Amino acid sequence: MANTGRVVRSEWTKIRSVRSTLWTLAAAVVVTVGLGMLICLLVRNTFDDLSARDQVAFDPTMTSFAGMTLGQLAAIAFGILVISNEYSTGMIRASLGAVPQRGVLMAAKVAVATVLVLIVGMIIAVASYFAGQAILGSSLSSSIGDPGVLRAVVGAGLYMTLIAVFAMGVTWILRSPMLAFGILIPFFFMISSILSAVAATRKISYWLPDQAGSMIMSVVEPVNDRPYGPWGGMAVMGAWVVAVLLAGYLVLKRRDA
Amino acid sequence: MPSVVPMIELDGLTKRYGHKTAVDHLTFSVRPGMVTGFLGPNGAGKSTTMRMMLRLDYPTSGDVRIDGRRYDELDEPLHSIGALLEARSVHPGRTARNHLRCLAQSNGIPERRVDEVLDLVGLSQVADKRPKGFSLGMGQRLGIASALLGDPSIVMFDEPVNGLDPEGIHWIRTMMRQLASEGKTVFVSSHLMSEMALTADHLVVIGQGRLLADTSMESFIRENSRSYVRLRSPEQERLRDVLTAAGHRAVPAADGSLEVDDVDPAPLGELAAAERLTLHELSPQRASLEEAFMRLTHESVEYQARSGLPPGETGPGDGAGSGGHAADGGAPGGGAPGGWGRGAAPGWGEQRRPGRGRGGRDGMSEG
Repeated sequence: MANTGRVVRSEWTKIRSVRSTLWTLAAAVVVTVGLGMLICLLVRNTFDDLSARDQVAFDPTMTSFAGMTLGQLAAIAFGILVISNEYSTGMIRASLGAVPQRGVLMAAKVAVATVLVLIVGMIIAVASYFAGQAILGSSLSSSIGDPGVLRAVVGAGLYMTLIAVFAMGVTWILRSPMLAFGILIPFFFMISSILSAVAATRKISYWLPDQAGSMIMSVVEPVNDRPYGPWGGMAVMGAWVVAVLLAGYLVLKRRDA
Repeated sequence: MPSVVPMIELDGLTKRYGHKTAVDHLTFSVRPGMVTGFLGPNGAGKSTTMRMMLRLDYPTSGDVRIDGRRYDELDEPLHSIGALLEARSVHPGRTARNHLRCLAQSNGIPERRVDEVLDLVGLSQVADKRPKGFSLGMGQRLGIASALLGDPSIVMFDEPVNGLDPEGIHWIRTMMRQLASEGKTVFVSSHLMSEMALTADHLVVIGQGRLLADTSMESFIRENSRSYVRLRSPEQERLRDVLTAAGHRAVPAADGSLEVDDVDPAPLGELAAAERLTLHELSPQRASLEEAFMRLTHESVEYQARSGLPPGETGPGDGAGSGGHAADGGAPGGGAPGGWGRGAAPGWGEQRRPGRGRGGRDGMSEG
């Protein structure tokens, strides 16, 4: 399409010019890095109380990303708001009036938001890692040069990005911010963790996007029977993201705006 | 085949929601250099039609062409057509300037044009304010600024004066007239005949999604400003007999008076005097355009009433704001007015007679 470049530029202006959306990204940084540091501090102070087995399995890299569990909420909020804003405000009518090629509009919007959240995600990952290791201290911390550590840091940034894009895809399907929050938040904060905690459903939970994707952040080989490695898990998460984006595209393409 | 003149062409445009037909085989063209009024009661399908023109809603069948092309085939649609829709289409947290900037960028419109249109609609002062705090009129001006952004040859406004103060209404009217005089195609919807009479050169009337009239304003006025004489007498029955015997068709109005269409009052007075009838009133009347519009759309509303709804609920807002006219005009006379455009509901002249009178029209007259 000839107009793709222009539409990308327009979407960039759009995303920059609404403060509330950008606040969610700022919140993601503060919450993830801050909570990660807090948990690292907690671990350092209580490490000697841990059982020998837990001490062996201790993964300093993964621990510094502990803030992700809550920080991903902000990334999800960003993903939802950046899309649902168009619908809740009626802006979608002006947007489609200016760019009636719906696929182009969606691609440009998702691309711009993805790049933005990728940059923020990488900042979060790097900041979380180094701040966390600094707090853990030399005796407990890992080094960025250790095997798998760099992959975990880059992976944490990717995880943050994909979770936000997943939320975007779901919101293209649902359109309403209330519906999107109402489905995504319980999904990631309850259903996913309940399924993984119950023995009978644990194997199913391995295939959920967040469970599969978060594998990339662990460096010490976790004791589990997952049929995929860190990048395999990332691929499972990526497949989920592609699937919801595709479904979102079909909804956008077929339904009245 | 792209047409040479900028225009909108509808061809059998239809939109169905389940069993309900919102827009029913609309076929008409909107031409340049004039203001075309798109008139119909609320719920007649005007907004749906306009949304289909922009392909926000997909037609169930039929087609709309803008300059010969489907809307989503336009690469930079804002250069061809600018639209102000009835519902707000602005993010309240994005400043007016940024709102226009992102629309401009998507269509390759230069940055300075943003300032130009802001100036044009008088929003330069609040360009960097967020529309959150805008009044209805300011919001409408921002909508018009986005419609004019690409300097399009076609502009389309959905109920642009709704809720505006007199100054705002005047401003919009003047602007539409000016755009038309520049040779642009101006298509504007309204549910108020009085509003259209002041701005439109051409009239497209719909009711229940169907085309009721497609005619010039001039001929609409000529054909629909019914003139009649109202007579009132203590001996109403005898008066009626006398008039009938003299070859006049006297129709009783709901308020008890008699109405005779298209006659001079003088011979009627002489006739009454010759028969020694006391007259309490003998007055020439001219029905308003508003009433003509209501008579035209009445059929489509009545159709709905027959399908189960009590008259009072047949679409609130039909002929809104015109209760006064209805009362002045008395009951509409019988006889189908000739010259409605194609597609006038068949046989409405006969069908509406039993249901006519105050009851039926009151249902439509409250906005």
